[in-house]
Amino acid sequence: MKLPVKTTINGQAYSHEVEPRLLLVHYIRETVGLTGTHVGCDTSQCGACTILMDGQAVKSCTLFAVQADGANMTTIEGLAKNGDLHPIQQGFWEKHGLQCGFCTPGMILAAHQMLERYPNPSEEQIRHQLEGNLCRCTGYHNIVKAIQWAAEQMAGKK
Amino acid sequence: MAATVERLLGKSIKRREDPRFITGKGTYVDDVKLPGTTHAVFVRSPHAHARIKKIDTTAAARHPGIVAVFTGADMTGVNSLPCGWLLPDLKVPPHMPLASDAARYVGDPVAVVIGETQEAALDAAEKVDVTWEVLPAVTATDQATAGGSPQIHEVGASNTAFKWQIGDAAAVDVALQGATVVKKRIVNQRLVANAMEPRACLARFDAATGDLTLWVTSQNPHVHRLLMAAFVLGIPEHKVRVIAPDVGGGFGSKIFLYNEETICSWATRKVGRPVKWTSTRREAFQTDAHGRDHVTEAEMGFDAQGKIVGLRVKTIANLGAYLSTFAPAVPTYLYATLLNGVYEMPAIHAEVTGVFTNTTPVDAYRGAGRPEAAYLLERMIEAGASALKLDTIELRRKNFIPKFANGYQTKVALNYDSGNYEAAFDKLLTVMDYRKARADQAAARQQGRLVGIGFATYIEACSIAPSKVVGSLGAQAGLYESGKVRVHPTGGVTVYTGSHSHGQGHETTFSQLVADELGIPMEQIEIVHGDTGAIPFGMGTYGSRSGSVGGTALLMSLRKIKEKGKKIAAHLLEASPDDMEYANGQFQVKGAPGKAVPFGQVALTAYVPHNYPEGLEPGLEETSFYDPSNFCFPFGAHACVVEIDRDTGHVKVLRYIAVDDVGNVMNPMIVDGMVHGGIAQGVGQALWEGAVYDGGQLVTGSMMDYAMPKADMLPMYETDRTVTPTLVNPLGVKGAGETGTIAATPTVANAVIDALAPLGIDHIETMPLSPERVWTAMQRAKR
Repeated sequence: MKLPVKTTINGQAYSHEVEPRLLLVHYIRETVGLTGTHVGCDTSQCGACTILMDGQAVKSCTLFAVQADGANMTTIEGLAKNGDLHPIQQGFWEKHGLQCGFCTPGMILAAHQMLERYPNPSEEQIRHQLEGNLCRCTGYHNIVKAIQWAAEQMAGKK
Repeated sequence: MAATVERLLGKSIKRREDPRFITGKGTYVDDVKLPGTTHAVFVRSPHAHARIKKIDTTAAARHPGIVAVFTGADMTGVNSLPCGWLLPDLKVPPHMPLASDAARYVGDPVAVVIGETQEAALDAAEKVDVTWEVLPAVTATDQATAGGSPQIHEVGASNTAFKWQIGDAAAVDVALQGATVVKKRIVNQRLVANAMEPRACLARFDAATGDLTLWVTSQNPHVHRLLMAAFVLGIPEHKVRVIAPDVGGGFGSKIFLYNEETICSWATRKVGRPVKWTSTRREAFQTDAHGRDHVTEAEMGFDAQGKIVGLRVKTIANLGAYLSTFAPAVPTYLYATLLNGVYEMPAIHAEVTGVFTNTTPVDAYRGAGRPEAAYLLERMIEAGASALKLDTIELRRKNFIPKFANGYQTKVALNYDSGNYEAAFDKLLTVMDYRKARADQAAARQQGRLVGIGFATYIEACSIAPSKVVGSLGAQAGLYESGKVRVHPTGGVTVYTGSHSHGQGHETTFSQLVADELGIPMEQIEIVHGDTGAIPFGMGTYGSRSGSVGGTALLMSLRKIKEKGKKIAAHLLEASPDDMEYANGQFQVKGAPGKAVPFGQVALTAYVPHNYPEGLEPGLEETSFYDPSNFCFPFGAHACVVEIDRDTGHVKVLRYIAVDDVGNVMNPMIVDGMVHGGIAQGVGQALWEGAVYDGGQLVTGSMMDYAMPKADMLPMYETDRTVTPTLVNPLGVKGAGETGTIAATPTVANAVIDALAPLGIDHIETMPLSPERVWTAMQRAKR
């Protein structure tokens, strides 16, 4: 049995028939073909699959694709606009907030929602808000710096 | 005259690889999609030890969407996965890709189901009916050789893979007589690497050409190819191409040849279609080679003045159920040879017993042996200070090997390259403002708070390694590196390195090196790594060897390019090649920068050799293999401040300070980043991480159960450096990838013990120093 799913991802409309058990992350990676969203665990701990769904940062491994019917989603591929990096992406580059890059898409999208909630976050807030995202390379130091950098840039642009 | 080109080496150049990663355009193995791909799902043992009576695949094979089901019996002509490091008298049991006689750890694969979709394969895998005869199992390191424990393999009586020793036992016996001897049992617990990208592979056999292409999460694609071709599958090496594209972290766990890529490479020929497997995290916990897992009895003797007189070490190293690729080297040559540390030690003896257990195979995990050595030494130093009632800093100072520039022979085989250990320690004390830290601690203790300050020094043997030396110690491979430089007719440069980046930033640092040597912009340089189809050969990236060994190979090729270029330029200028020099991107007559040919013109001339030196080959491309003459030995000193919650035993790291000496630094930003990440892993071992077996089951089998360090568990790190270049390689770089992991574990453990010292606690045997373990120690101390 397959069920219809209509989604909008990065501004583009998609329509598919999917198995009800298909996870949203596999829908994004395999059905739609956007491989920037990663799978790092199977227990919703690592956050590598974080995307924005109707403005909320969600772990796309914790939802079925059918639950995203009608949703408007942004993945890492949709964050830069017209070739201009989002300040968070730029921050990760400036502050060496990534090494292997595998957790990075999820980190960036988690940071995106964080900075909407807390435009001027303290270090403690940043660390607390990242509790759902794991990184094994950076020890988090430069991820914190990257998000602080982005917050400053975004504050300056307002 | 060309403008002077700014040197890039030593500068924090932003990474060239980042734009693809921050926009979601990296290509990891699971991102590679091929038409007609089938999906492999493995049937694994749920038992720690069980005889396989029968495997019935009938129902699974009939399941809709199933292409094939294979068991070990189908894999005729396939050999055991090899062990690449053979110690004398090592017992090497067979390690078949699919177990067919017995399963020896939870997760041991016994069948593979290949489906049109992963879902179909997953469903069918549940229909594979294995009849098991469950056998008694042993998982505990110190129980493996005990009388009642089950025998795991036909070889290796009492589950002993090897008994190995180094040093002078008689000298230690003499030295410890009459000395103040501290004796401790030290458990260095089992860890799981947990690179964020799970292992994955995609194998494609091309029937038309007979070529096999394997995309695999590998730190060393040529090693994967060599081992598979020469030892396991018997496929000619020239018909195999191994590609390790973007790889999401390794930390050692992606060095080794595993069952899964071997089986997929075999199966693609059988099914005539590409076969893909991507590990789930649960499978990763069960099957990625684990790290550490030592149980040690150590004795360190001191004279009345606090000088170390001798060290005796007896270690049992858990190797798991089979010998992983480099497993025997880790608890021997990468561990016991480091027991001299940064201290003068008149006598050392170490005896290591490698044992089989019904657990996941153990092999190199970031640091690999060296963290275990540093942890042991630094715990023993602290224990010595406690016994002698000496300040730990003074005790270290009394024992440091004095500064040396070129060579220090240890008592355990190694010859250190260059060192200035006390200077790094002094700098650490300055950076942390040690007196103030102690005053703050005293004030906190007055308030009844449990605040501790911990230190550790370390030394690391990296830039692995001189082939002749490691060959004499049992390595079945050489440990050189290759570097090829291809100059294109229009002056662009493609560099092919046998090193592999899985986060280390080679595309940036190697570009800095090439840009400096050739005086051309980084934009003209492309770094290619991770493809045996493009790169001459390579031993890959581990043991902090890319900059020092891989970088030097590149440097050699760059120098050959310049030598050839001088001949071409001299011809064009009607000068003698001996009178030529290379500076600022041009070949020029020495002292006459006006008489010059730019790099690009020489490149074009090499490929359009109309006006060309007699007898010189056209083209501008050079390949070098660099085999180091020695290891390199980074060192340093770390400190941290912790506070323990009296009620819960929870340890909070308040400050962490690292002073490392990794020789010359190619890119400080990247080195700092690696130090940060290493510290996090080292703190993780000290406080939270640990693989736990219970009843043969890996109970820490997911990220819900295994405590990965999170952002809010760690502080900002304060990093600094001293610079003592090595003379081993012309770059003067030592290696920086593992320092943090090696130093952080003893640093944090020592701080915890320091915090607990007012309660009379001077040692906790086993890490992690979890709240429960610390709280229990506190309760016992109260009694």
